[in-house]
Formats: sequence, C-alpha cells, structure tokens
Amino acid sequence: MSKYIRAKITENTPVNKDHTLLGCESYRLVLSPDDIPQRSLPGQFYMIGTDSSYDPLLKRPFSIFRETSSAEGGELQFLYRIKGKGTKLLKEMRKGETVNVLGPLGNGYPMPDKNLTPVLIAGGIGIASLFPLAEKLSGNIHFLYGARTKNELLMLNELKGLVKKELIISTDDGSEGEKGTVVDVLNRFLTLNPQLSTLNLLYSCGPSPMLEAVSKFAAEKGIKCYISMEESMACGVGACLGCTVKTKKGYKRVCKEGPVFPSEEIVWT
Amino acid sequence: MDLTVNIRKLKLKNPVMTASGTFGYGEEYSEFVDLSKLGAIVVKGLSLKPMEGNPSPRIYETPCGMLNAIGLQNIGVKEFLKTKLPYIRKFDTKLIANIFGNTIHEYVKLSRILDDAGVDGIELNVSCPNIKKGGIFFGTDKKMLQKLLSTVRANVRNAVLITKLSPNVSYIQEFAKIAEECGSDAVSLINTIPGMAIDIKTRRPRIANITGGLSGPAIKPIAVRMVYETFRAVKIPVIGMGGIMNSSDAIEFMLAGAAAVAVGTANFVNPSATIDIIKDIESFMAENNITDVKELRGAVKI
Repeated sequence: MSKYIRAKITENTPVNKDHTLLGCESYRLVLSPDDIPQRSLPGQFYMIGTDSSYDPLLKRPFSIFRETSSAEGGELQFLYRIKGKGTKLLKEMRKGETVNVLGPLGNGYPMPDKNLTPVLIAGGIGIASLFPLAEKLSGNIHFLYGARTKNELLMLNELKGLVKKELIISTDDGSEGEKGTVVDVLNRFLTLNPQLSTLNLLYSCGPSPMLEAVSKFAAEKGIKCYISMEESMACGVGACLGCTVKTKKGYKRVCKEGPVFPSEEIVWT
Repeated sequence: MDLTVNIRKLKLKNPVMTASGTFGYGEEYSEFVDLSKLGAIVVKGLSLKPMEGNPSPRIYETPCGMLNAIGLQNIGVKEFLKTKLPYIRKFDTKLIANIFGNTIHEYVKLSRILDDAGVDGIELNVSCPNIKKGGIFFGTDKKMLQKLLSTVRANVRNAVLITKLSPNVSYIQEFAKIAEECGSDAVSLINTIPGMAIDIKTRRPRIANITGGLSGPAIKPIAVRMVYETFRAVKIPVIGMGGIMNSSDAIEFMLAGAAAVAVGTANFVNPSATIDIIKDIESFMAENNITDVKELRGAVKI
C-alpha cells in the first residue's frame, strides 16, 4: 500500500567530492516522514514534490536508496543528481523544510534464486536503485559500477564495505578504475571469468543507452537480465499513461508494470 | 449544508468530479481517495476496440502545466464492462464514461453499449487534440458535430449525455449551442489546448507526437473565460474544468457558471486533490454563510 504524506528534510547535502563541477552535482536527501509508509522493495521509488509553487508542477520520481526504521519513526534516503528545474529547486531546500512524498511505487527487482551470484551493473546515479538490492543480497554479488568521470562515482566506500565478490569501478575518461564503459567492463569480466558464463542473472540501472547496450549484451550471451527504466512521469500511480515504454507485449507503464523489466521485453527505438 | 448539484436528471452528491484521462478507471487512486466521496468519476476515454496509444515520450512539463499526447490508449469497452465497471459500482458515486470514435457509427455503438450497461452518464469526447481521425474533427466542425450529436442522442435512453468541447475554436459558445439544440444534457469544457515544445539541443519536439494537449494551472484563465461565455449562451448545465488545483479554483469556475467541476492535472500533483477540494468548498461555504452550493453558479458580479 502506498501513501501520500508529508516528510521533513533531515539532510540534503552534496555527496560527491567537487559538487560544483558541471553536470556532476549529486546530493543525498534524507527524509523523516510524518507517517511510516510500507517498507519498500529494492528498485521501488517515491515521487517527491513541494507545494510551494506550480512551477515545477509535477513531482519527480526517485529510487529509494536506503530505508531505516526505529521506534521514533522511519527515515527515507535518496540520491539525486541535478538535472533540471525540479532537482535544482530540491537542492535549495534546507533541513527542517517539508516535502510531499508518494510511495513506495513500482514493482522493484525480483529476487534471484539462492544459489546464484548475480552481477549488478550501475551507471552514474543508477547506483541509488541497485545499492539497496546489493544490501538485501548481503553483498553476495558482483558489482560493476561506471560513470563518465571520477567525480560522478558515488558511495564508493559504502560499496567497498558491502560487496563480497568482485567490485569493478570504471570511468569513460579513465579518471578512476578501468577506462571504458560498464558494458566494456562487463564483457571483459565475463571473458576473464568463464566459470561465470553459466551465471544467469544481471541487474542494471543507469542511463538509457547503457541499458540498451547491457540488454543487447545479455541477449547475445543468453543471460537473463533485469533493467530499471526511466521515463518522464506525471502521476506515478498508473493513471495518466504518460511514462510508457514499448515492450513486445505493447506499451507498459514504467510506474506500475516497471520500473524494472526483463530486458528481453523492451523494444528499443 | 447542501452540496448536491444536478446535471439534468443526474444528481451528484457534490460538484466535484474527475476529468477523463487523469484518474484512470478510478481503481488507480483508490489507495488515496475514498471514491464514494466523489460527485462522479469520469473514466479514461473508451473506444470500441483497445487502443495502443502514442510512442514515448508522451508527456512534457511546461511552466505551470504539462503537455500530453497519450493517444487515447485504453482497454476497450468490452474489457471495461468486464473488469472496471463492476469495480467502480462498489462505490457510492456516479459513473460517467468518456467515449470517442472514428466514425458516427462507432460513437453510436459505444453509447448504446454503455447506456445498456447502466452507466450514469456518457461524455462524448469530440475534442481530443492527439489523434488523427475522429475526436477533434467532430468538435471543430459545426455540421459534423450536429450530425454526430443528433444521431447519438436518438440512441441514448437513460444515461445523461454530455458533450466535451474543444477550446480550439473561435467561439466555443456556438458549439455549446449546437450541443444544446441537438439534445445534449450538458456540456463540459475545456479539453486541453494544443501546444508544442522543442528541445533546442537536439532540435526535436519534446513529445513523440510533435504536438500535445496543454493542461494545468497555465490554462485556467482561458477555461474560466470559456465557461463564463458558455454559461451565458446556453441553458443546459456547464461542467467546468481546466487547471483546477484547489477549492478556490473550483469556486471560481462555479462563479463563472459551472454547475459542476472536474479535477484533472491536479490529481497528478496531489492524489487526494479531489477530496481536499470537496472539504475546502464546504469550509468556504461555512465561512461565507452559503447553505447551497448552487448559489455560486454563475454568481460572478459584472
């Protein structure tokens, strides 16, 4: 059951080293909601908005990064990157101010069979959605994490502490970890570890071109793959039909049937 | 305090309904809204056969509003009757089915099916800006509208017949008059206003359909003006909509002449917007010693 509630901001701070670099600015938002919503699943999201003005008008969807609950109440954590009007407004909000949150929404990642060690592939801010999955699987996963440049890599220390199998970092410009895209890294990783070629599960979240490349790779190798999709959203609850993606079974709503889809279902256009 | 309003023979417990296409089939909002508290639910536009809708991106936010070109994606009337209608019937509210067709024959067929199924109202969408055939084609041509409405009218016996008008005409009141003359029980207005946005980096339209319908607070003054003009031109009830975000907006529409109002884009911003608006209209009435909400209808002082 999702809820529409008010939540107080308890933290809203930059999370990358030099957050003034253009295009790389990312923040951590911690909220303390008035009412404790239902516990979310990894890969689910919340819509967050303010009611201070009609511009921006719509709430924005954010993957749940972390969720805690205690006797005093629950806490919701999000990671977000400055992208447009909505996130620019959000970053200006201070501790103690309130936002409106709607959630948890969407389907979340399906859990793997116990005998599998899946590979999680995150690009940029996509880490926000895959991190809770890694936590839920107690770090018994391989994690490939890529970004355009060093400054866009978030939560590296947390990842190092969490991931029990391989953790491979990469950047497009080679400023940290291996040079190249995560798909290059994925290819090398599976070539170097042929015993893993029998593995049958990938999870991925990141920019659309990356998801498309991961999906194509998975299809070529015959590996099952789940990807978390993103589209502009209005309602978040499946009513407006604004956030659809094309699938082999017709248009599906990212907010309701997604955001997580089996990659073989998506029709890339 | 009397909040009831009549759309001809249809009595609503309060003047607040949902705008078609913004509330799904009701079910989508049932976690946030007690559907029994609504004046009426107007469901997503229905066609005879299921429709796939337009490619993505389908929506784009603009200052104080949004463009959409969903393309009337819907499950088709057959599936609606099987699964959605029985669900809504569990609630104590009125059900208005919004319909559209490519031909007069399709509108007639749909109206008859829904009338026989016992819906409380049928809203004819003759004003969707996002499909090639039908829709706005009927709503912007007087002769076509006349032919469509008189044919449908002759085929609907029980349901209240509402014509949803396009703002994309020079004088909306002339189309309202045609609706009245052809036996429409009410008119609803406005549908979205055709608009466009372009990404200057890629030089591509922001939505795949190129153009879309603009909704939200950005269009409210246009809608209020059109409700005002229509109210003065016809005797049948006017259902007002277009950017209603709160009770003040709803009251403004009633003062301009709306017998009832529909809440659209606001549902996306606040899923319980409809309930908040009903509650706040009551508070406004209490504070201003208004005992009957009908007192507000067309009460603007000129």
